[in-house]
Amino acid sequence: MSDELFVVEDLTVTTSTGRGPVDVVKNVSFTVGRDETLGIVGESGSGKSMTALAVLGLLPRGARTSGSVRLDGTELLGRSDRELRPIRGNAISMVFQDPLSSLNPYYTVGLQIEEMYRTHRGGSRKAARQVVIEALEQVRIPDAGRRIDQYPHQFSGGMRQRVMIAMALCCSPSLLIADEPTTALDVTVQAQILELLAELQSTTGTGMIFITHDLAVISSIAQRVLVMRSGDPVEYGTAEQVFSDPQHDYTRMLLDAVPRIDDEVAS
Amino acid sequence: MTRYVLARLGGVVVILLAVCLFTYLIFFKLSPDPAVMICGKTCTPERIDSIRSVLGLNQPILTQFGEFLRGIVAGRDYGAVHCPAPCLGYSFQTNESVWSMLTSRLPVSITVAVGAAVLWLLAGVIGGLVSAVKQGTWWDRTAMALALGGVSVPNYVLALVLQYVLVVKLQVLPFPSAPAFGDDPVLWFESYLMPWVVLAVGYACLYARLTRSNVIDTLSENYYRTARAKGLGGALIMRRHALRPALTPIATIFGMDFAGLLGGALITETVFGLNGIGKLAADSIAKNDQPVIMAVTLLAAFFVVIGNVVVDLVYTALDPRVRVVSA
Amino acid sequence: MTLLQVQGVVKEFSTPGALGRKSTFTAVDDVSFDVELGETLAVVGESGSGKSTTARIAARLLEPTRGTVIFDGVDVTRARGKELARFRNDVQVVFQDPFSSLNPRYTVERIITAPLSYQGIKPAEGYRAAAQELMERVGLNPDHCQRYPAQFSGGQAQRIGIARALAVNPKLVICDEAVSALDVSIQAQVLELLMRLQAESGFSYIFIAHDLAVVRQICHRVAVMNQGRIVELGTREQVFGDPQDDYTRTLLAAVPRINPEWDAKRRQRKVTL
Ligand SMILES: Nc1ncnc2c1ncn2[C@@H]1O[C@H](COP(=O)(O)OP(=O)(O)OP(=O)(O)O)[C@@H](O)[C@H]1O
Ligand SMILES: Nc1ncnc2c1ncn2[C@@H]1O[C@H](COP(=O)(O)OP(=O)(O)OP(=O)(O)O)[C@@H](O)[C@H]1O
Ligand SMILES: [Mg+2]
Ligand SMILES: [Mg+2]
Repeated sequence: MSDELFVVEDLTVTTSTGRGPVDVVKNVSFTVGRDETLGIVGESGSGKSMTALAVLGLLPRGARTSGSVRLDGTELLGRSDRELRPIRGNAISMVFQDPLSSLNPYYTVGLQIEEMYRTHRGGSRKAARQVVIEALEQVRIPDAGRRIDQYPHQFSGGMRQRVMIAMALCCSPSLLIADEPTTALDVTVQAQILELLAELQSTTGTGMIFITHDLAVISSIAQRVLVMRSGDPVEYGTAEQVFSDPQHDYTRMLLDAVPRIDDEVAS
Repeated sequence: MTRYVLARLGGVVVILLAVCLFTYLIFFKLSPDPAVMICGKTCTPERIDSIRSVLGLNQPILTQFGEFLRGIVAGRDYGAVHCPAPCLGYSFQTNESVWSMLTSRLPVSITVAVGAAVLWLLAGVIGGLVSAVKQGTWWDRTAMALALGGVSVPNYVLALVLQYVLVVKLQVLPFPSAPAFGDDPVLWFESYLMPWVVLAVGYACLYARLTRSNVIDTLSENYYRTARAKGLGGALIMRRHALRPALTPIATIFGMDFAGLLGGALITETVFGLNGIGKLAADSIAKNDQPVIMAVTLLAAFFVVIGNVVVDLVYTALDPRVRVVSA
Repeated sequence: MTLLQVQGVVKEFSTPGALGRKSTFTAVDDVSFDVELGETLAVVGESGSGKSTTARIAARLLEPTRGTVIFDGVDVTRARGKELARFRNDVQVVFQDPFSSLNPRYTVERIITAPLSYQGIKPAEGYRAAAQELMERVGLNPDHCQRYPAQFSGGQAQRIGIARALAVNPKLVICDEAVSALDVSIQAQVLELLMRLQAESGFSYIFIAHDLAVVRQICHRVAVMNQGRIVELGTREQVFGDPQDDYTRTLLAAVPRINPEWDAKRRQRKVTL
């Protein structure tokens, strides 16, 4: 299995709260191949975001990790900030869950993408600006040339989300971790963005971890699915297995609870 | 935006007028009769009366106040003496024009304030930043303990101790004399060094604590995490994603502190014998020299009120969320 | 009875352009709608079409460029002081980005009970118990009431916002993507809570969402927005059953569905079990 792009083995995350340590992620293991998408679904508060943050060494103060996280065979867990810097945003990039608070209110959206691009790729500001405009156009931000100089609070919720996606894509990472990247998008824009991601995957071979509550989206883009509940990985398998023959009660319950647009509403 | 600025300046004028009136009433009504004070020891009732009429003291208080205001704007006459605008009257003690007393001493106070501000900003911000980044280490704890102590050391104690040690005992610095910069830059610097340090210490401690807590808050912001996730590091991430958000609120506090200092550092200037506005204030209060007290008070109020407006305008420039006003 | 009337609301944002020239951008363009007492009006539509802006205007968090907002028969567009305070008590908002709307320096207990103390209401059982009860209702662990927002997950933070909005028995709750970060089972629980409160206390909701299945579940009427305008407004049955506008049709057609083959297999298995 050494040719897998990304491997997580027995990842455990322990946070310290006022009342002693709590394991918020317990023995999670999964792999993501090149050009492959892993969907992570699960209860709210089950440790999905914590798993993602642990990969990049971005956990909150006082959190500890154990296990193994490898990208192309290189261990990432326990590396120092300095060692991780060239990887972050470059080899592995991340779309955060809460876009408004995840963007710096004091700088324009353009600058916040540009600084990342130039950190990894160098080049002049002018050249970077062109790249940023293209990245914004790619995620369907209308009038990108003007929008690039606006501040995050001047964007709509869904546009901010798309800014996060554009940012994550602009250095062509080998692994993209997207934490609920489409919750604020209407279904048509969502479809466009998913298409964009799929296209990118097929051309650059990017592996993707897609965290979402939208099981319909997962079923359409993921090859493998991990279901989590209060820190535990309750089910892990191919998308077809999980959706057509769920083994765990929680997964069944989740699938039953999905509101369906086609069903007659009982009123 | 222009409309906003104009409206604010209108507000400033109203506030300054109110401060004027209030100060005027207090000093000219509640304190001893100025005519008696000017008249001195060899005084006759006739002289007092003539002084009264020259100063306009026999008129109703609001008329007097109107005259005072007119004097500032257009100048006024005291008997045969013409006091050109801006006229703040004459010192009861020395008969000097109050306006020229202010203007001759203002440069000293400004020098003291600017030098101290540079010192305390540098020390406070750098100290606070390093403490925040090294949160919980011995350096953080030592620095913060010092800062806590530093705030509570009274200015005059520090001034006297410094003066005793550096000037009297070690003789490494001259006694402050406020020479002009052009005459002797070295002496100028040596003279002002102690006042700067004395004034800066308290503020620096305060700013270090403020900076530290603001930076620590910022380091736990989601956008700082994003910046780390982007692979940023070193000076860039500190400057853009930690310091800029942390310092913006401090900039406004700084504006007010600095404006307050421009009105004179009473204790420091007095202890070091620097002829600034602060010492002028102390002297005039000691001798009950009312026109001077009045002028010094107005000047301080002026700086604070203007400082307030400048701070607001600067804040709108610094925070994009406030800056972009909708149509 | 009509609780809220939004009439001809326009919102222009000006952005300073080159050489001091200002360009204006119309985010909301002549939008009008009513919300009846005890009704849920859903607002759906394109990302960036002005839904949040409209919601903020209806909640008087933003001044409209033109148009009026009438609440309970009173024009509140320019309300101030006491009148505004009363309006603020009656109208609560759940914001789209949960973390940005929670003060990071306050404990959850303080955040949730803030509307209570703001109105000077002292719950008989005390603030702690009131906060814990609300937390429990939205599926949060009440033992966590002394934690700070940063110690919660995205979906948990969203529920803190919901609990805060429900603390004071408002007449109108504006939910801007209020359940988007919740897993389907907790989402169902929260929706149930909202509907029960509506049945018991007659709350009205403006419910902004992208998940059309959820919208279909809880709303009475739907407004569809596109590029700052309402392009279609009708009852749930009309809009979902017989959409008139092209944009509405595109929207409905794009709703993602679980792979029908897999879904059918699973149901099959369930039945045979
Ligand atoms: N800074 C922190 N300190 C302590 N506990 C935390 C902290 N941040 C999150 N947690 C806890 O860790 C658990 C997992 O959080 P995480 O953000 O990974 O959930 P999630 O699966 O992403 O949920 P959601 O779908 O709601 O975003 C939650 O129960 C949360 O309360
Ligand atoms: N303060 C502001 N300054 C300038 N433009 C703004 C401001 N707030 C919003 N806009 C613009 O107004 C438009 C509508 O934004 P709004 O947030 O209402 O959209 P939305 O329908 O809520 O979208 P989403 O579903 O993505 O959240 C967007 O184009 C946005 O960029
Ligand atoms: Mg999460
Ligand atoms: Mg919105």
